[in-house]
Amino acid sequence: MEKLSRIGGRILQAIPPVFGVIVITFLLTRALPGDPAVFFAGLMADDDTIAQVRAELGLDHPLPVQFLFYIRDLVQGDLGNSLSTGRPVLEELATRLPASLELTFAGLLFAMAVAIPLGVLAATRPGSWIDHLCRVLVTAGVSLPTFFTGLFLIYIFYYILGWAPSPLGRLDFLYLSPPQVTGFYTIDALLAGDWEVFWAALRQMVLPAVTLGLFALAPIARMTRAAMLSALSGDYVRTARANGLRSGRVLWVYAFRNAALPVLTTLGMVFSFLLGANVLVEKVFSWPGIGSYAIGALVASDYAAVQGFVLCMALLFVVVNLFIDVILTLIDPRVGLES
Amino acid sequence: MAPLLKVETLSIAFRTRKGEVQALHEVSFEVAPGEVVGVVGESGSGKSVSAYTVIGLLDQAGRVTHGGVEYDGKPVKGRERELRGREISMIFQNPRAALNPIMTVGQQIGDVLKRHGLAGRTDAKAKAIDLLRQVKINDPEERYAAYPYELSGGMCQRVMIALALACSPRLLIADEPTTGLDVTTQKATMDLVRELTRERGMSVVLITHDLGMAAAYCDRIVVMEKGHVVERAPVAQLFTNPQHPYTRKLIAASPGPRSELADLTGGLPEAPPSIAPPKKRAPGPERLLEVVDLVKEFPRRGGGLFAKKPAPFRAVDGIGFQMMRGESLGLVGESGCGKSTTSSIIARLQDATSGSVVFDGQDIVQHPSARFARMPERGRIQMVFQDAHDSLDPRWSAAEAIAQPLRRISGMRDGGEIARKVAELAEMAGLPANLLTRYPHQLSGGQKARVGIARAIATDPLLLILDEPTSALDVSVQAVVLQLLDRLRRELGMSYIFVSHDLNVVRLLCERVIVMNRGRIVETGTAEQVLHAPQDAYTQKLVSAIPHFEPEKLRAS
Repeated sequence: MEKLSRIGGRILQAIPPVFGVIVITFLLTRALPGDPAVFFAGLMADDDTIAQVRAELGLDHPLPVQFLFYIRDLVQGDLGNSLSTGRPVLEELATRLPASLELTFAGLLFAMAVAIPLGVLAATRPGSWIDHLCRVLVTAGVSLPTFFTGLFLIYIFYYILGWAPSPLGRLDFLYLSPPQVTGFYTIDALLAGDWEVFWAALRQMVLPAVTLGLFALAPIARMTRAAMLSALSGDYVRTARANGLRSGRVLWVYAFRNAALPVLTTLGMVFSFLLGANVLVEKVFSWPGIGSYAIGALVASDYAAVQGFVLCMALLFVVVNLFIDVILTLIDPRVGLES
Repeated sequence: MAPLLKVETLSIAFRTRKGEVQALHEVSFEVAPGEVVGVVGESGSGKSVSAYTVIGLLDQAGRVTHGGVEYDGKPVKGRERELRGREISMIFQNPRAALNPIMTVGQQIGDVLKRHGLAGRTDAKAKAIDLLRQVKINDPEERYAAYPYELSGGMCQRVMIALALACSPRLLIADEPTTGLDVTTQKATMDLVRELTRERGMSVVLITHDLGMAAAYCDRIVVMEKGHVVERAPVAQLFTNPQHPYTRKLIAASPGPRSELADLTGGLPEAPPSIAPPKKRAPGPERLLEVVDLVKEFPRRGGGLFAKKPAPFRAVDGIGFQMMRGESLGLVGESGCGKSTTSSIIARLQDATSGSVVFDGQDIVQHPSARFARMPERGRIQMVFQDAHDSLDPRWSAAEAIAQPLRRISGMRDGGEIARKVAELAEMAGLPANLLTRYPHQLSGGQKARVGIARAIATDPLLLILDEPTSALDVSVQAVVLQLLDRLRRELGMSYIFVSHDLNVVRLLCERVIVMNRGRIVETGTAEQVLHAPQDAYTQKLVSAIPHFEPEKLRAS
């Protein structure tokens, strides 16, 4: 009960940041260089047409009024229409966001699957070869830019070895995309029972996901190693050992669960980094995600699309952190008591 | 009777960056079944290292170079894992950190029971609750689901005892089990350990730095110094007729209810340096400090968003006392009694909720603590802090630390003058001049305490507030620091407020003592009165809980 109210309180705390994000995205897009009305009216337009377009877009009102309009539209789920394609921004985001999310999650999963065991092993055997391997991977992970790793992996696995499919989008053109349920091709294919499409989608995803994962691996492995080292030298681990508990139980239940707390916090941060790193990886792999969409919109001064993108990212950020905080609350009985 | 535990010519070396360091030199001792053996010594004597070797928890850098340990007639080596918990178990100091913070105490006890096959999935809870009841925890059913942070230190130590006794081992190793606990909790915990181990006919190895505790609870004592066993003797013999000079030094340095300050170092106080006679102070009122109806409240947590705010917690609840110029006053009580809050309000590091503190004829609580820091009166009241290490900036040398108040408070600018004054202060505090360029991590505990004292007297204060200044020090170091403080007070004409939980130490330094409990003063009187004829029920409990050895009594028995 107490836990539920604490979680409820944490959810309430997420509201002010969301509002702040709405204000900032609104102001930021208004501060973008270039006049959307001029852009829209076209090269041949005279002053009257531009004014007319401006009025149509609602840009002739003072800023506070524009903001109120913006809020009203948001409440109705209307993010405006993209200026360059003319389609509703919400719709475009809805088709592209799952592509990015699927890739990000796959990358994060890969990174966790490698980094957490590596960090744990490195911490239990400090100074051993596995500890050095961990250090090398961490250094490589942070120092290699994602577009480089991406191109490098394509060069090796597609161009030289020919193991990977062509790095062009989410699915080879031979296949039809599965019926949309979640928007994640792999999951949708599984839901439809179509194994062939599932494998095809997975194959397409391996290289970009590994590229993202290599980047995300470094902070996770480092944090796991550090947290495990401090947990293993903790007095409670010594007690567990002194009481004769099995080393597996000491390692996973006593040390790792305590070490998981800082690791989870790091995961939240890494996820946000990945959303940013996505932009480059999507470009390299022609991934039809939200990142490449945002770049296009930014270049075209398409303020409704940019606004929608930033808002969407910020909301994701808030949701992910909220999610992690809730998990932390569930694991750690002390959360919220220290402050 | 064959010994249960036999440590034989055990030598241990540690790998360090400076090569191998020998931590134990051929240490031997035995523990008979049902016997309580105390291992005593100061920090670095190797008493914990030997215990960890017995149970196989030696640090990876440590290596047995000679000898070994036998349990029940067979070598322990290679069998540590099966013996741990089942045959030999251990309790540690700092019990709250020694319990897993994110598991309930009941689950932790259940884990140990299940590991040793003493309980299954169905009866683990009932058995864990039964163990909690045996260690005399109230409401064991409720406490089963408590997390360590929800329990007091004493409660956590009881849980630790329950864990250690869960599988009825035959040997219990207690490593400083009550360090950091209040004296009354300390007594309750040790009495419990004694009762439970006697019932079960267990042997106990009690590792402690506190001779009083060893005297009260052990049958035989092993004295260690720098990795060597220097003496082994039954309790009465050790205290009435100590053989080794180190044992004698240790016994002399432990303050008892009748010891005198000069006795602590065996009648050999360190040579007093030549101190320039203090400047004549401007005469002030005879009454240096008057505290009137002092109250400090802290807001309590909880209440939620819409619920009513809970009533604030009163840490200091209407305290009043007076102090004469040149007097030394002890402030005694257990943790949470408000003694530290009171002292830090008087030192103007904290603001009071209400009440007044008149210092040298002026009410100083009017000024918020942030402003007081920049007032000239700041230099008149100084503090010596509990942890000599943590209260020094690790990036400042000793000289810089001592010079800081000279620059900040006394406003000295001239580098040469500051250096001269720092040298003078260091000499007064007994800190060798060649140590002034060292950083805190290069100094020993006693030397750091001296830096803290030199820094506190730098501004020539009228009142020095000493907050447990010796509680982290070894007894032999404590002895010289106490003598130093006493001499400085007489020579510089300062007044002291000495905050401590240890009545025996307070008595050595203070003429008058105030005993506090739950934010209130429960008793005031001369130190002798309070210690030897306490009036208040709480003071009586406090005094009777102090573990001490009295050679006269031991001789009589």
